[in-house]
Amino acid sequence: MKLKNWKELPEGAIIKNTPTSPEFKTGEWKTKEPYYHAEKCTHCLLCWLYCPDSVITVKNKKIDVFLLEYCKGCGICAKICPVNAIEMREVEL
Amino acid sequence: MKLKNLKKLALTGNEAAAYAMKQINPDVVAAYPITPSTEIVQIFSKYVADGEVDTEFVPVESEHSAMSVCIGASAAGARVMTATASQGLALMHEMLYIASSLRLPIVMVVGNRALSAPINIHADHSDAMGSRDSGWMQMFCENPNEVYHTVIMAVKIAEKANLPCMVEMDGFITTHEMEMVETLDDKEVQEFVKKRIPLYSVLNVEEPITIGALDLFDYYFEHKRGQVEAVFKAKKIISEVVKEYNTKFGFNFPDFVEEYETEDAEICVVAMSSAAGTLKEAIDLKRESGIKIGLIRIKTFRPFPYEILRERLRKFKAVGVMDRAETMSTLGGPLSIEIKASLYPLDKKPVIQNFIFGLGGREFSLEDAFHVIEIIENIKKGKKYDDVLYIGIRE
Ligand code: SF4
Ligand code: SF4
Repeated sequence: MKLKNWKELPEGAIIKNTPTSPEFKTGEWKTKEPYYHAEKCTHCLLCWLYCPDSVITVKNKKIDVFLLEYCKGCGICAKICPVNAIEMREVEL
Repeated sequence: MKLKNLKKLALTGNEAAAYAMKQINPDVVAAYPITPSTEIVQIFSKYVADGEVDTEFVPVESEHSAMSVCIGASAAGARVMTATASQGLALMHEMLYIASSLRLPIVMVVGNRALSAPINIHADHSDAMGSRDSGWMQMFCENPNEVYHTVIMAVKIAEKANLPCMVEMDGFITTHEMEMVETLDDKEVQEFVKKRIPLYSVLNVEEPITIGALDLFDYYFEHKRGQVEAVFKAKKIISEVVKEYNTKFGFNFPDFVEEYETEDAEICVVAMSSAAGTLKEAIDLKRESGIKIGLIRIKTFRPFPYEILRERLRKFKAVGVMDRAETMSTLGGPLSIEIKASLYPLDKKPVIQNFIFGLGGREFSLEDAFHVIEIIENIKKGKKYDDVLYIGIRE
């Protein structure tokens, strides 16, 4: 992405066209990421509720895909899962 | 020449500021009382209680919160005013930078007072000088009449520049000094300040925005560059608004500097705020004995009028700069340092003598002013002094 020069920026450092968070890939600095064992999952949705970065998506009241480019590897989902359906694995750097 | 008969009221500096605020009728005032500017919000809160203004008055628990409320309200698009002094201004410090970088045109009246320790409630400019790099405009007034008119002009200047502005006066000397103030009608004030047209509003749901977001090595520098450009542009706005005000109401208020007896002067003294009054009197008397001295009073300290000062001061042989604050850098007072920097590019420049005076409200008497003038006159004749002289101190 080409960065804007100072004259091109809106005054007051405001950000228009919000939200801009989808452009911000929070998953760039993780060392571990969740590996999802679908066969163990009861679809209680706790991990979906607890993930601080909205990585885990839900479709028809069931866990769908993990948007791993936003996953920062905190491990909360694995910790919260009551049936150990999520396992944290090292990310290859 | 006055264009009309203005209503004259005997008001102190604080009363003049509060009265101007009443006529401006801002949307929001958030404030915390502090000597010597307490009266401003005290009087204003009475206007609120008596239903004389439509203002939402927010009494907060600290100056930090006062400025935070002002920022929130201003970002929503409101016309916002407040007042403070000394430790209160110091407590607002971190929020001052947020107000200016979000480009919020808050107008704040400051009753300049010393900073602790030792604790002191009287006039000096230490509080204001602590905020000089915060991105706020700073206009220093000589007397209550100037305070009244500057508060009104500051609203328009701030809202056109989208930058916050402090209107400052010396604690007690001006905040509590009663003087004749020529006032405008409510309607004239309203017509002059008009309605605020904000740069943005966080309450505008049609165009949602984010303000004050995290801004790291990739954009922070560009945003600061844009901010300093806004301060540059504010200089033109200040000149235009002051000119419009003077023309409309028949005044002669200075935009950046006021000159007194400078035309044929060989030496000059530079000062801000109430000390200029004493110096004018001393200049009149000294001129009778043939000393050709003039005064330049700096009205607008931020943005700093270096171009004007470079131009106006170059012709003098010696210039004395009066600082009612210390920088504790050992280099002297802030005003003298900035004036020296302003004149540096000149090949031939006057000798600049710094005088520190009046700290903690120490009286600046007519005798002190004479003493200052005599020293500048001696410098003209070739006498040398220490870089920084302390006036009115027990040696
Ligand atoms: S590791 Fe953290 S960020 Fe990644 S999916 Fe799990 S809860 Fe979300
Ligand atoms: S917390 Fe575990 S069981 Fe519940 S939805 Fe998530 S992965 Fe499935």
